Amino acid sequence: MGEFIPFLRKNKSFAFFSILALILVLISVCAPYLAPNDPLKTNLAQALQGRSAEFPLGTDQLGRCLLSRLLYGTGTSLKMTFLLVTIVVVIGTAIGTAAGYMGRRVDTLIMRISDVFLAFPGLVFAIAIAGMLGASLMNVIIALAAVSWTKYTRVSRSLVMATKEKEYILAAKMGGAKQYQVILKYILPNISPALIVMAAMDIGVMMLEISALSFLGLGAQPPTPEWGYMLSEGRNYMQTEPWLMIYPGMAIFTTVMIFNLLGDGLRDILDPNKEY
Amino acid sequence: MRGARNKLRKYIMKRLLQLIPVLLGITFLTFTLTYLSPGDPAELMLTATGVTPTPQLVEQVREGMGLNKPFLTRYGEWLTGIIQGDFGVSYKYGRPVSEVIIARLPATLKLAGTSLVLMMIVALSLGIISALYRNKGIDYLIRILSFVGISMPSFWLGLLLMYLFSVKLKILPIMGTSDWTSILLPTVTLAMGMASKYTRQLRVAILEEIGQDYVIGAKARGLSGRSILLKHILQKSLIPIVTLLGLSVGSLLGGAAIVETIFVWPGVGQMAVEAIFSRDYPLIQGYVVWMAVIYVLVNMVVDISYHRLDPRIHLEKGG
Repeated sequence: MGEFIPFLRKNKSFAFFSILALILVLISVCAPYLAPNDPLKTNLAQALQGRSAEFPLGTDQLGRCLLSRLLYGTGTSLKMTFLLVTIVVVIGTAIGTAAGYMGRRVDTLIMRISDVFLAFPGLVFAIAIAGMLGASLMNVIIALAAVSWTKYTRVSRSLVMATKEKEYILAAKMGGAKQYQVILKYILPNISPALIVMAAMDIGVMMLEISALSFLGLGAQPPTPEWGYMLSEGRNYMQTEPWLMIYPGMAIFTTVMIFNLLGDGLRDILDPNKEY
Repeated sequence: MRGARNKLRKYIMKRLLQLIPVLLGITFLTFTLTYLSPGDPAELMLTATGVTPTPQLVEQVREGMGLNKPFLTRYGEWLTGIIQGDFGVSYKYGRPVSEVIIARLPATLKLAGTSLVLMMIVALSLGIISALYRNKGIDYLIRILSFVGISMPSFWLGLLLMYLFSVKLKILPIMGTSDWTSILLPTVTLAMGMASKYTRQLRVAILEEIGQDYVIGAKARGLSGRSILLKHILQKSLIPIVTLLGLSVGSLLGGAAIVETIFVWPGVGQMAVEAIFSRDYPLIQGYVVWMAVIYVLVNMVVDISYHRLDPRIHLEKGG
């Protein structure tokens, strides 16, 4: 903890975007206290109203408070994105580590399967999976996880292969460490910085993909407040009430931007030699 | 020379053979998806054609569609069909799937093509400028713009452009394909995200090359900056660019589904999204397999073109 403050002072942009990201997390947690209205309460008599004291950003086509829905939407987006990134990193790394560590037939088999997945244009396949399984946020997560794990598998496999022949691993083995100990204690900690950078850079991408599938109607179902779906509902009123599509889009854009910049900052810290 | 050509032919044959397990995997996954999806295809088909599904009728159709056979037998029969170009009949259109897809494909290819060209022009020019004026004002501006570009949801960009040019300024058609101007907004929407990504990557690729010994050597020999850039650096940076082009076809095909839906562009992407909501399984299967085959073939051509760009890359290694 003693080194934490100087670290943040040295990496100002990283610190700045961490704080912004933290604010987003706080918004999602505190949405019930911040939101002026119930995000699900419909009132057709108050549909499509402009800004007012009661509805700071106006109302949507069902008379729901746009600001409250946006605030609650933060939680939907963040939760789903973190869930997806975690699933992809854990599964991808586990499979990749198995392939890299065991080698031979396991490696060949896993790599052939991963080749098949790489041969799919990711979003096309994700749309098909999500569509076939039926529209729901969970199915969108499954679909995107199914097309994204291979990336982590490939990277972690090559990192493990490069690490497992190092002297300190041999030393640990000779010292009597069991296989799982070697993997958990010596290999994973060494390959994790690269994977963490990858995961951090992927948060923005995954968030965009989730909201894109929701926009198509494959993800969040009404009345869940979700930015992509809100945008898709709002576009029908573009001629008269453009804010219905402008605000949710701005929410997605800002959030993705913050996480992209955070990922960039993290990469500069963990991998400073490379020019980007 | 003849030896080289023989080698190339051999390599292409080898790559084509390697496609077989990949295509088997793709078709198997696609088929399994239908199997996992909720809903009875027989019932769906009846409903889609406007018939009320009674239990006897459903059973009859199930038998007729071969749905009562074991999974692998059904996969085998389906696969035999698609090898002959027969993806079954679309529930919604009542026409062969391949026919529906082929009718829709030109619109998507046109949109993907114009987007690819726009993306290349933007990424190449901005990437080069950004690298040459590294850490100057214009470099920062381009980097900020590219950051905005990669964080921007394409569907939002599309709607904003539509709002600005079609609703407010009324200078472009709002959707559909009325005349040539209708392709402008979908193209920009589809190209911008990728152009931003590739501008960044191109900048990095060029900066890496600039630091190489041969560039310093060329400078020492008195070659002008511009001729070094055009003759040496760009030629070397072409390989990562071509790789990106191949991979970007995947994003283009996927992104097209979103952009086509927004602008009601009559391509395969919009068709696929509609097919999903009408639970038209054969059409979705056909769409996935067609897109995957296009993607795989494009990337194979890309791999082969490496050799032309840089003869030092051994073909065997590429596989």
